[in-house]
Amino acid sequence: MSDTADRVRKIVVEHLGVEEDKVTENASFIDDLGADSLDTVELVMAFEEEFGIEIPDDAAETIQTFGDAVKFISEAQ
Amino acid sequence: MFDLTGKCALVTGASGGLGSAIARALHGAGATVGLSGTRVEPLKALAEDLGERAHVLPCDLSDRAALEALPKQAIEAMGSLDILVNNAGITRDGLMMRMGDDQWDQVLEVNLGAAMRLSRGALRGMMKARWGRIVNISSIVGATGNPGQANYAAAKAGLVGFSKSLAAEVASRGITVNAVAPGFITTAMTDVLKDDQKTALLANVPAGRMGEPDEIAAAVLYLASPEAGYVTGATLHVNGGMAML
Repeated sequence: MSDTADRVRKIVVEHLGVEEDKVTENASFIDDLGADSLDTVELVMAFEEEFGIEIPDDAAETIQTFGDAVKFISEAQ
Repeated sequence: MFDLTGKCALVTGASGGLGSAIARALHGAGATVGLSGTRVEPLKALAEDLGERAHVLPCDLSDRAALEALPKQAIEAMGSLDILVNNAGITRDGLMMRMGDDQWDQVLEVNLGAAMRLSRGALRGMMKARWGRIVNISSIVGATGNPGQANYAAAKAGLVGFSKSLAAEVASRGITVNAVAPGFITTAMTDVLKDDQKTALLANVPAGRMGEPDEIAAAVLYLASPEAGYVTGATLHVNGGMAML
């Protein structure tokens, strides 16, 4: 696992209060990790802050799973 | 009741009559207060008078960069930002037909735009804390309209729609967003009215008198309190019965 994935996982675990092993590649924030729409906005803002990147709204909409987030952030850095 | 010990509140327009009364009320209930405004001297005097738990945070709300920075400064000074009171307001009265773009823009920017920007800045911490209070000071004229105040009335009505929308967005996080709509209150803003204007206005006020800043502050204190946790998206009219909405 990359350093990026670890940092993303840490944010997800902290924010959603889920077990670390639940945060798998295909875990959907909303369907599997119990996030609501406000949580997803907060997650995106936390990712932006942690990685110093900007995630536009249309890109944010495509980030559905943990894997999506890691992929987007890795490419954006 | 209404104990705000440990809470930190930012009040804009705290150098004015309503703002200083609001700051006093929140401070009196135990809150740490951040006093914001453009006139530094009255803010300092108020802070000195309040003693502990009072911080002066000057800000020109028409300066967007300063606005963005204000919530951060408030958190640095106070430790957190749990209560935001968007009280600052300006008037640039004139009949609509003769109203300049700058008259319109300035009033919308300070009275409505600043409330949005400060709320945006304050929300992150409130979301994390799962607790927050935003109280927007609207006005009776936002509900009834007032000749010569198309800009001010539009901004104050805008605050109500803004409050309701934001209230719906963040209610699940323990954050409430409400408005207080004062009627005619004895402040510098109404001191400019001539006596015959005041008499005419009071004819429409069943209470038969102007309101006092403390009476607005009490409404704000209630909405900021833990006890008002189930009140959100509401507009509390404090107007002596002038308009029963």
